[in-house]
This record gives sequence, structure tokens and C-alpha cells, in this order.
Amino acid sequence: MAEISQGGGGGKKKGGKVRSKKTSTRIDMTPMVDLAFLLLTFFVMTTTLNKPQTMEITMPEKIDEHTEVPKVNERDVLTIVLGQSDKVYWYTGITDPKIELTNFSPNGIRKILLKKKAEVPKLVVLIKATDESKYKNMVDILDEMNINTIQRYALVDITSTDKDLIKESNL
Amino acid sequence: MANKGTPTIDMTPMVDLAFLLVTFFMLTATAIPDEPVAVDTPSSISEIKIPEKDVMTITIGKDGKVFFNMDGQYNRAELLKNMGGIYGIEFTPEETHTFAIMSSIGVPMGNLKQILNMKPEERKAAAPDMPGVPVDSLNNELANWVLQARLINRGLRIAIKGDRDANYPVVKKVIDTMIDKRVNRFNLITNMEKGS
Repeated sequence: MAEISQGGGGGKKKGGKVRSKKTSTRIDMTPMVDLAFLLLTFFVMTTTLNKPQTMEITMPEKIDEHTEVPKVNERDVLTIVLGQSDKVYWYTGITDPKIELTNFSPNGIRKILLKKKAEVPKLVVLIKATDESKYKNMVDILDEMNINTIQRYALVDITSTDKDLIKESNL
Repeated sequence: MANKGTPTIDMTPMVDLAFLLVTFFMLTATAIPDEPVAVDTPSSISEIKIPEKDVMTITIGKDGKVFFNMDGQYNRAELLKNMGGIYGIEFTPEETHTFAIMSSIGVPMGNLKQILNMKPEERKAAAPDMPGVPVDSLNNELANWVLQARLINRGLRIAIKGDRDANYPVVKKVIDTMIDKRVNRFNLITNMEKGS
């Protein structure tokens, strides 16, 4: 390596002070790099994982006396009632329904939905949530609709008939 | 003299790059807005991400308290002015500024002024005691917030962030309020499904 003499020409070459100064100019950057990458990792992690998922839901228009309500064949209707403590009641049809109990496990409501979907091509699912049910139940059942690709479903108000049905069934 | 045994690498370009990236991520990162209540969102298989801006968030806490939030400082300032007009409350420029930069609203309009005049630390401490925005059919302030917010920013997306243990009647009240104001499409904020 070529050395640049800092003495400014001749004369002082025998001093020996010049050499010791040269080594101290380099800074150890390792801690700085450590810090930089730590911050980098932190920001990368927080920006990508931060965004929450959303589920899109479209509710029907508000019904007034001028709205034409689509008519549905009773046999195509599957009603799901969300009860307290994660219970799921379901029945088909409207006149004299036979109410049954199931749950949110893959062998529960999902199986029923898949079976019904295969049986009834124009399946319409009515979701009724009781006042005792939780928000989680609602999201879960809407999620099941997405999982089982059920096209036609609606979140509707619970009727007193439904409440009585559940009470009578003792499930 | 040339070979001392410990070879040193010139780290300068690496540091340059690292800091460049740090700066980039720091500037693009948006601070997580502090939530008035801890909300444990339910999980779903949905993979749609929430848009970055023009979002109105309605938070439903575990105990059924409803909070309202909207992004955009200028829009918020205007929203406060309009809301003040409806309820006959005049807000000072300082209060408007505080409102523009604060997070969710969780008090009835009558108490808003009091909250705005608090120091940020005091407001944070008072957050658990906030009663939430009224959603009763008699005094539905949420409906007005939603309506006014949508009048100011028409491209607003509405996100409902509910706690998994929130009772359905509260959620229903919020959804009914939306439908009442002719908002038929909204997003439910969920997190990723864990496990199977």
C-alpha cells in the first residue's frame, strides 16, 4: 500500500508520530448496522402484518310498502337460528318445521349446509340470530356461507314463532 | 503492514442501504391508532384487506359500547362543525383541532366538549369510562355521525370492528342504523383463521 506522508516533505521522517495517527480513522460500524437492521426488521414486520382482514357484507335495502319482495319456494328455505352459548338450530321449510340442534364444528353446520346445497339447487339460507347470541356467532355463520359458497343467504330478524320453536324443542 | 490477520469489510454501502430501507418503512408505516377499548375480533377465512384510507370504523366493545372513528384530519374538522350545527354546540378552533387529531369518539354529543378539553393523558385515562356513542332508537347519534361523515366524504368505506363476545342485539342496532341510513355494504373486520 502506498503511504502518504503527512509530514509535508523531508526532515521529519524520523519522528515516528505520523504512523500512529493513521489507524484511528476507521470506525467500527457493526453496532450501527445491528441497530439499522433491527429497526428495518421491526418496520417490515409491523407494516405487513398490521392490516386486518375484512369480510364484505351486503345487506338488503330497507323494505317499505313499495318494495317488491322476491318470492321463494318454501322447500328451498333453510333456516338457521343462532342460540345462546354457540348453539345452532336449523330447520327446513316454514310450515311445521322439525327443529334440530347442531354446532359450529366442521361436522356440524358445515356438513348440513353441504348436504342441503347438494339436495336443493336453489337453496336460500335464512340466518336468524337470537338476542342471546354473540357477534362471533354471526361472523362464524357468515363465514360458513363463504366457505360453502352459498350464494343466497340473508340475515333476518328473529320472529316470536322461532323463539317458541326453540323453547318447545328443549334442545 | 498490509496483512494484519483481521480482514475488515467496508460496511458503508450496507449501512447506506439499511438506513434507506429503515427510512422508507418508517415513512410508509402508519401508527396504529390507539383503540378506546381492547377488541378481540372474530376470525374468518376472508382475505380481503381493509383499504388504507377513507375508512370509517365503528368499534363495538365487549360490553356493547359503540365507538365511532373516521380518518382524514380535514374531514374530521368539518364533521365536527356539522355535528355541532345539528346539536347546537359551538366548538372553538382548539377543540376542532383536538378533535381532528384524536382517535375514536365514544361519548354522547353533550359530553364531547368536556372530552375535547381534556389533556391527551387524561383522555386516555378516561377512555374505559366512556359510555359510547348512543345508538338507541330515541337518541341515535351514531346515525347522525354516519350520515354526516358520508356527506363529507362520499367514498367512505364503513368497517365494523366488533368484539367476538359483543352481544348480538348491539350489533343488530348498529347494522339497523346503517340500513336506515341506506348503507347496505359494509365490512366486518376479522382476523386470520387460526389452525384448521
